[in-house]
Amino acid sequence: MRPRGGRGARWAPRPRTTRRLLRLVVVVFAVVLSFPFYWMLLTSLKRTSDLYDVQNNPLLFNEAPTLEHWRFLFAETLYPRWLANTALVGLAVVAITLVLAVPAAWALARRTGRWGERAGIGMFLMYLVPPTLLFIPMSRMVALLGLQDSLWALVVVYPTFTVPFATWLLLGFFKSIPKDLEEAAMVDGLSPLAAFAKVIVPVSYSGLVTVSIFAFTLVLQEFVYALTFISSASLQTVGVGVPIYLVRGDVYYWGELMAACLFACVPVAIVYNLFLDRLIQGFTVGAVK
Amino acid sequence: MSSRARGGRWLGPALVAPAFAYIALLVGLPALLSLFLSVSDARVGSDEIRFVGLANFAEAVRTPSFRAALAHSFLFTLASQLLVIAGATLLALSLKEAFRGRGLVRFLVLLPWVAPISLGAIGWKWLLDSIYSVFNWALAAAHLVDPMNPPMWLGEPRLAMLSVVLVHTWRTLPFATVVLLAGLTSIPRDIPEAAAVDGGGFWRTHFTITLPMIRPILLVALLFGVVFTFTDMTAVYILTRGGPADATQVLPSLAFFTGILGGDLSGGAAISLFLLPLLLAGAIVLLRIARRTEVT
Amino acid sequence: MAIVATRALTKRFGAGENAVDGVDIETRDGEFLVLLGPSGSGKTTVLRMIAGLEDPTSGEILIGGRVVNDLTPRERRIAMVFQSYALYPHLTVYENIAFPLKAQGVPKSAHDGKVGWAAGKFGIVHLLARKPRELSGGERQRVALARALVREPQVFLLDEPLSNLDAKLRASAREELQKFQREIGTTAVYVTHDQVEAMALGDRVVIMDKGRVRQVGTPAEVYDDPADTFVATFLGSPPMNLLERDGVVLGFRPEHVRNGAGGSDDARFRFRCELTEYLGSEQLAFGTLEGWEGREVVWRFPSWEPAPPEGSVQEVRVEKTRLRFFDAASGRRRPAAPLP
Repeated sequence: MRPRGGRGARWAPRPRTTRRLLRLVVVVFAVVLSFPFYWMLLTSLKRTSDLYDVQNNPLLFNEAPTLEHWRFLFAETLYPRWLANTALVGLAVVAITLVLAVPAAWALARRTGRWGERAGIGMFLMYLVPPTLLFIPMSRMVALLGLQDSLWALVVVYPTFTVPFATWLLLGFFKSIPKDLEEAAMVDGLSPLAAFAKVIVPVSYSGLVTVSIFAFTLVLQEFVYALTFISSASLQTVGVGVPIYLVRGDVYYWGELMAACLFACVPVAIVYNLFLDRLIQGFTVGAVK
Repeated sequence: MSSRARGGRWLGPALVAPAFAYIALLVGLPALLSLFLSVSDARVGSDEIRFVGLANFAEAVRTPSFRAALAHSFLFTLASQLLVIAGATLLALSLKEAFRGRGLVRFLVLLPWVAPISLGAIGWKWLLDSIYSVFNWALAAAHLVDPMNPPMWLGEPRLAMLSVVLVHTWRTLPFATVVLLAGLTSIPRDIPEAAAVDGGGFWRTHFTITLPMIRPILLVALLFGVVFTFTDMTAVYILTRGGPADATQVLPSLAFFTGILGGDLSGGAAISLFLLPLLLAGAIVLLRIARRTEVT
Repeated sequence: MAIVATRALTKRFGAGENAVDGVDIETRDGEFLVLLGPSGSGKTTVLRMIAGLEDPTSGEILIGGRVVNDLTPRERRIAMVFQSYALYPHLTVYENIAFPLKAQGVPKSAHDGKVGWAAGKFGIVHLLARKPRELSGGERQRVALARALVREPQVFLLDEPLSNLDAKLRASAREELQKFQREIGTTAVYVTHDQVEAMALGDRVVIMDKGRVRQVGTPAEVYDDPADTFVATFLGSPPMNLLERDGVVLGFRPEHVRNGAGGSDDARFRFRCELTEYLGSEQLAFGTLEGWEGREVVWRFPSWEPAPPEGSVQEVRVEKTRLRFFDAASGRRRPAAPLP
């Protein structure tokens, strides 16, 4: 009834000086937090001679910018290979995650009452178990299974953190779908499973997409397991390959390195931002009973 | 809904079982194995395993490297997360007062968190390079340091520790900000308006009213930050490899060097098990928060 | 000097129409002024602009004779009671009431006295240690009022504070509110969409619709002498009967219809009754007047009088002094016209 004034929820108007100060705070933070990426961009476009000349002002292009680092990165290093490896692992892991987490989350959201809540929280706590706790025994298990130095090791192990995360998120999404929908479908003659497949899945489509994207970013960010299980350079993922293998002896290829980082970070960040609101929604719904 | 309509009582557990079984297997087994390894003397390449009781733990505690790593783990986590809470609170409050160009600002602010830790860290390694660091150049240009003797951000022990703390802060601040912002948004509009009418200025309103109201969320953000930072080995590994001379060694990185690179599986497992108490404490706090928000 | 005044106050949200359109209001000292209107009439927006929670698009707001457009809410020395009461959930009742004192820098030693005084006025001293979630709706409302009172403001602003109470509680809460305001004597501006509340509480009523002020007056004035058809039909339940012919609208209230043929001072009609309702305290008869078919007319009479049988036609009359005339095109009140 009351008209909500202004764009975005604004609180009572503040004195102008406070507002300007706050705006300044935001700008400073934004600049400081994103500066390294700006620096990556600059570095990736500068000529090597420009980069390594101490006399030069590093904030300027003292020589003309060049795409040589980018070309080298994609044409003469294993970078494209690493991107492909990461993408493959990501897709496989997301698929496994969905297969495991979707039914579990739905069952927890709908059916299992008291202990369902406990199970949900338990599942979420699993997410807090860090790779650095388990990586040593994991490395033995991976060796025993004959999966060492293989991408399959990652495909098998990564769901241990993507599944808890995805289950918790999906729990929130499913809880927000009113029960009436399935009940109506079942009255219309569908079995519970069919009701789920034909009614719930299409309705929660955006939730599924969101979960998939965030699960993929979890895969992309992982470092410890990939470093531990895989020893061949050509089989590495982006997260490990870039900081470890883009070197010759002791010398880092900074131009290429920065280009590699930028390319791996920015597109993901763009997609992440597009889906962030839905992620927050999923988390907060999951927390409220 | 009747039990039959729900597909019988077996359907629920059946759907949940695969996920739980997977996790139980692939988390539970390694956990048990970790315990087993830590009380044995397993080494890579050797098939002989003997039970040695708590020898590994005792050995670890005696080693200066371990003591340094333990201290550093707590120091880095505490320092970075205090900075994060202060910074994220300030930033979230500033962002809350609505803002044009919010999309771009959010994108920039989130970059450190979205970027894989390893890539962000390698970016910082370049930024802090002893010869080519842009910070050193700027400091020299402002005549604050001797250009012949620039700060070795990653080479000098104290500076290296500071650098690691800063990188951790840089990385986790966006996450805490987003969580806090979500919490602030959930406060009904009336409350800060009533506080404004009652005479509360910016600081009083936020410190006595809105921030206390989102205390559970604040704790959750802090908890996540603590767990992520305490159990992270990536930043240290990439920036300094734990050096110079163990000045930035932390428990997870030490476990890695001992267990994987050093081949001493049981020693490494023992070290990483020292992470467990903190994780358990964190889990208990989380559960307590969850229970309290249920009641209210 | 009016405590609160607005001059040509206008507010537009985005590109749409004006939510508040050129509103002029002036309170009288110590009066209880009610802003009454349907949803979307702009009354709450006017209140929020007076409080400083919204910025006007144009126009001036004066409090205590000063233009306060540029002042923040805290600088305006007002107190506001929100529809949801907006009690701080993590503070005790005592701390809630003391918050304005803290914010204004009143020394801690004075807090006990003032909080005790404000709480005493509303009979909630025994609740001071409790938290808001432990209180009932009525108790919360009193805490909100005490919190407003403790600041000793120039004016009280109240945004539908009774609408969250259940119906039974509302009447007694209304009575208490009225007694309280008389006792304190501070000017109050009160927003509501409930016309019964407005009539009962207001010293004067400002009736608003679509952002504009339709009429300002005492309850008797706006009820007996409505300025236009909107006011005439908004007040009164059931609303005034309106009959249109030849560009003139004739109006009279259901309770002014009398049985019988009457004399020269009366307008006479023949009423065909279609339906009657027995409401306990009174009865309603719904029907049409001969010669004015197509327009339903309501007749209100005490329950001890016999109800007209459904389908019957009988003579009724309305005193000519009770008739009101409106211009059909504009809806505004016009002088009496000869009855057709």
